[in-house]
Amino acid sequence: MSFAAHRSDFAIAEHPESRARGSIRREDARARSPIAAEASPLLRIKGVTLEYRTPERVVRATHRIDLDIHQGDRFVLLGPSGCGKSTLLKAAAGFIRPVEGEITLDGVPVREPGPDRIVVFQEFDQLPPWKTVAQNVAFPLRAARALGRREAMERARHYIDKVGLTPFAESYPHQLSGGMKQRVAIARALAMQPKVLMMDEPFAALDALTRRRMQEELLSLWDEAPFTLLFVTHSIEEALVVGNRVALLSPHPGRVRAEFNSHAFDLTSIGSHDFQDAVQRLHSRLFEAAPESRASTEVSA
Amino acid sequence: MSNASLAGRPLVPPIRPEYDHVLAPFVEAPVERVLPFSTRLWQQDWLRKGLIIVALILLWEGLARWQDNDLLLPGFGATMAALFDGLVNGELLDRVRISLVVLLQGYVCGIVLAFLLTTLAVSTQFGRDLLSTLTAMFNPLPAIALLPLALLWFGLGSGSLIFVLIHSVLWPMALNTYAGFQGVPETLRMAGRNYGLRGPSYVIQILIPAALPAILSGLKIGWAFAWRTLIAAELVFGASSGRGGLGWYIFQNRNELYTDRVFAGLVLVVVIGLVVENIVFAAFERLTVRRWGMAR
Repeated sequence: MSFAAHRSDFAIAEHPESRARGSIRREDARARSPIAAEASPLLRIKGVTLEYRTPERVVRATHRIDLDIHQGDRFVLLGPSGCGKSTLLKAAAGFIRPVEGEITLDGVPVREPGPDRIVVFQEFDQLPPWKTVAQNVAFPLRAARALGRREAMERARHYIDKVGLTPFAESYPHQLSGGMKQRVAIARALAMQPKVLMMDEPFAALDALTRRRMQEELLSLWDEAPFTLLFVTHSIEEALVVGNRVALLSPHPGRVRAEFNSHAFDLTSIGSHDFQDAVQRLHSRLFEAAPESRASTEVSA
Repeated sequence: MSNASLAGRPLVPPIRPEYDHVLAPFVEAPVERVLPFSTRLWQQDWLRKGLIIVALILLWEGLARWQDNDLLLPGFGATMAALFDGLVNGELLDRVRISLVVLLQGYVCGIVLAFLLTTLAVSTQFGRDLLSTLTAMFNPLPAIALLPLALLWFGLGSGSLIFVLIHSVLWPMALNTYAGFQGVPETLRMAGRNYGLRGPSYVIQILIPAALPAILSGLKIGWAFAWRTLIAAELVFGASSGRGGLGWYIFQNRNELYTDRVFAGLVLVVVIGLVVENIVFAAFERLTVRRWGMAR
């Protein structure tokens, strides 16, 4: 019964031209007028201030962040280290309580971590080493009581196949390379079919070639069956390639500096003039001098 | 290291011509080779350790023959004969059974208490303080030093033995388990909570398997401590108990100057320790932490 809802995934996965169709889907998004997207957001971050405590002091990680993430968005949080982008993602995942403001998913306030917001972390040790690849993907489905044993295994196999790890389904994580481990984490997250898939610098620990391939695969997975993605990175190129919208955070504490659209770019546009312009634009915002004075006027406005 | 060039003109590497080979398939030598048989054989742990044991036995036998006094130092042959006799007539097996029954009771109680204490320690600040204070106080205290007190409280019998056994297992086990829980990576904890796991299912499905290498080493240390504590305790007070274990067997035979049987008892103590360490724990490790790549 539960598979009826995902028939479309299967249908597209079996389709030999799924990639071509997917790119068309992304083209569609390009053609849409910006006003057409004025539906109510799926994930709403409203005036969120986050603080963390060290033994000596309380540090403000982000200050009154407002962001709206819509269904089907590939929303990127971009910023230098110390801008609180990872902290913000963890707050949206429910690991950290905001001291001010509210995060709502589908109108319901986020209070604790849950299987409707699965996080893919940067670190490879997010996979329990005592479970095989197949068990790793099926485990959260069982733990969240979403599916029975057989259905969980079936769905796990399906998503393992999607990330191309079927030959390694019975391997243990320590037998895999870094890129393969991240693929398992992505398969595990997708198998849960969360409302929002969250990725915290998922490719930062990979070598450049693997990173490029993982970005490509992530986009083609999205093309096959769009999901809502919240993606944290410190790489301008990655932000532009992966995201359809990029929020730029300024550091100490994190505040939203700007939001740009990047739906026009993918991996093939990296060399293009427009892409380089966009990189330059983000680069100048990221490295502008004395952001404090300028940003303070923005906040008061 | 030519400092002259460093000090003189700036370092400019020469500009060399570029080249771009098309590589032919590699056929000059096989990419992998099988190691020679002797090398592979020498890599076997059991073989190298076995040779050490054989050398020690030869040394022992040689010393015994040179000494030529069976009351002080019976040789390997005499010891094996006594061991064989003891095993065949069932006396030694009976002693081992008595010892192991008491040992397992104390061991299991110690482990359960250690888990309770550690659970308290990971969940509350009070538990943490309690654990660190208690282990700091009692871990260095030899279990055998508590025996007189135990005898006073629990009388002669297995109650006192189990008490000192618990003491010898509890503290190292609790320390190791706690360290293991502390060492579980933050990412793995968050992943577990992300699935919606909490409370006991979080501890059982995430913390315990993730801390298993440390828990296993705690179990091993606890086993060794318990075994040696038990034998020592039986040597001290087994004398007044009717049905003693292996330690009592050793003590009794020393009194009667059956030194070969004393040696047989000692050999059995060593062998049981080795078997548990190298067969029981090793098999468990192979099936779990080694298979998962959590230990080498």
